Amino acid sequence: MKKIIVLAVLMLSSVIVNAQSAEVRGLEIAKAAEKADLGFGSSIVELKMILKNKNGQTSERSLTTKTLELTEDGDKSLIVFESPKDVKGTATLTFTHKFGADDQWLFLPSIKRVKRISSNNKSGPFVGSEFAYEDLSSQEVEKYTYRFLEEKGDLLIVEQDPVDPKSGYTRRVITYNKDKGYRIEKAEFYDRKNALLKTLTYSDYKIYKNKFWRAGTFHMVNHQSNKETILHFNNYNFDASLTEADFTQAALQRAGK
Amino acid sequence: MNRFSTVLYIVFGLSAIVSFSQESNVTHDFELELGLEYRYFIDHAQFMGQKQHFPSFSLQPKYALDWNDGAESINATAFFRWDVDDSRTHWDIRELYFQKTKNNWELNVGLKKVYWGVTESNHLVDIINQTDVVESFDGEQKLGQPMVQFVVTTNTVGTFNFFYLPYHRKRNFPGEKGRFRFPVVIDRDEILYESRAQEWHQDFAFRWFHYFGAFDVGLSHFYGTGREPLFMFDNTGNINAFYPVINQTGLDLQVTHNAFLWKLESIYRNAEAQDFFALTAGLEFTFSNIDGNGLDIGLLSEYLYDERDALALNALQNDVFFGSRIAFNDTQDTSILLGGITDLESSSKIFSIEASRRFGSNWVAEVEARVFSGIEANEFILSNFRDDSFFRLRISRFF
Repeated sequence: MKKIIVLAVLMLSSVIVNAQSAEVRGLEIAKAAEKADLGFGSSIVELKMILKNKNGQTSERSLTTKTLELTEDGDKSLIVFESPKDVKGTATLTFTHKFGADDQWLFLPSIKRVKRISSNNKSGPFVGSEFAYEDLSSQEVEKYTYRFLEEKGDLLIVEQDPVDPKSGYTRRVITYNKDKGYRIEKAEFYDRKNALLKTLTYSDYKIYKNKFWRAGTFHMVNHQSNKETILHFNNYNFDASLTEADFTQAALQRAGK
Repeated sequence: MNRFSTVLYIVFGLSAIVSFSQESNVTHDFELELGLEYRYFIDHAQFMGQKQHFPSFSLQPKYALDWNDGAESINATAFFRWDVDDSRTHWDIRELYFQKTKNNWELNVGLKKVYWGVTESNHLVDIINQTDVVESFDGEQKLGQPMVQFVVTTNTVGTFNFFYLPYHRKRNFPGEKGRFRFPVVIDRDEILYESRAQEWHQDFAFRWFHYFGAFDVGLSHFYGTGREPLFMFDNTGNINAFYPVINQTGLDLQVTHNAFLWKLESIYRNAEAQDFFALTAGLEFTFSNIDGNGLDIGLLSEYLYDERDALALNALQNDVFFGSRIAFNDTQDTSILLGGITDLESSSKIFSIEASRRFGSNWVAEVEARVFSGIEANEFILSNFRDDSFFRLRISRFF
């Protein structure tokens, strides 16, 4: 009887240890992925977005994104729309924070107005696409809790639960490629009812500066609405040496003028 | 106008030549917007000569040239409007300026548009540009302002904006056939200046703004010829109007907290003939992604106070504004803005609806309606507009 109890205690503790290690390992993987991408400094990339509705009709947007890497706090980014032409020059400036709400400003070129906007709306679609704001914002380790699920060859699969209750997801399941700088191959998003909502696949990867993996194509499929969004990234530039001065309200106005 | 343009060309030409001589990687960009518009005024005109149907056409070409990785540029936007009302038929250079930027500073020389402020129903603090009155009812369309603007951004103490404004541009007013006018048609050339230097009074302005966490704050001061003419009425009912020399101090503040935006704009204006205080304060709350499909519904409310009382040109002396902004966040960017302003001391009310949607990738359709309701006869300015409720349809094509 004693043996059984000892065995049971042992088994239970090993379950606890396993559970702990799944969390620890998940976090370790997320940190390793962050570390692998550390030191890119800044980047500029042109983006073409193709929105497909359930009947296959498409519409397009093009934009340019500038990113400044910051280590103590979250990254800064500046997004400028090139098309459709009626929104050309519309631009957003975002200061991501590791903890708490991000700071965000919007520039409206027709009346030259800069507006501070609420970053509360995380789950809403970005310009009518299948990407939510939270899918495109800077991915800080602190914004999720982690659970390692499984290892398949080079692939590490980790469940990530958003810390922010305003997130549109209960969890996302991320597939990292350990051998390729922990780049992400696939992300699955589960809605608030824990039903599979969207799948994002990354492809056409290229390595820049021998270290930074960047996907040329993001393909997001919404399984519930049958709509899709494809992002094509062109001309990644890691040599622009952007500074804080390129991420100010004055820079926001210049970007959209 | 001649002297004005000469000076402008010289300033422009010089700065452009100086910098262009060290050019590298020049990029050009040309855009064109064509607008077909039809305004229909529901009620018969209050004054002789006013029309009811206003088909109209507008053209807005835009050209930008930049070099030196965008650190230097020339930006130009022109605007042309043809309308039934001769005074609404007008053209303007909205922008034509040279820009140079280096590290944390920026210099702009030429005609430019600058916007200050945070509130939605009224724009008190915004003073750099003259309003293009005939172009829109909400006062958001502006004439290009000649300026030298110097901007310095610091990491710790905010952004400093310095303006030298050498030339004043007079406000335009509707002509005989136009709506939104007084019984007497105002000829803009008949409105004189307080300053002997007239339009060449040398004006200066300054604005500092910064943000601290959830707070965005701006402090500004303007010295020079005011953008709003001062109307004085004599015993025989004749209007005597002029542009006074003013000092205006402004404060704008926004607190962004979760889905709430708390907003405040306030000014104190001081002139020989007039001293007054005005304030707009309110909030905006947005219910976002209500249906899981991107539908956002924002609710807005603002209180408007103007010490000028009945003489306030925009007739917003002690009023409350309620509004709702509905954005579908669909691929066509469909949005609707509903609003109503009600006077707290009388029955006067103005309701409005604005909606827009893109068709294909280059067309945008917009509808706007404004309804004047229960306008009291003793409203000094608004009573002239009581029969000016209108409906507007606009189709724009972008190239």
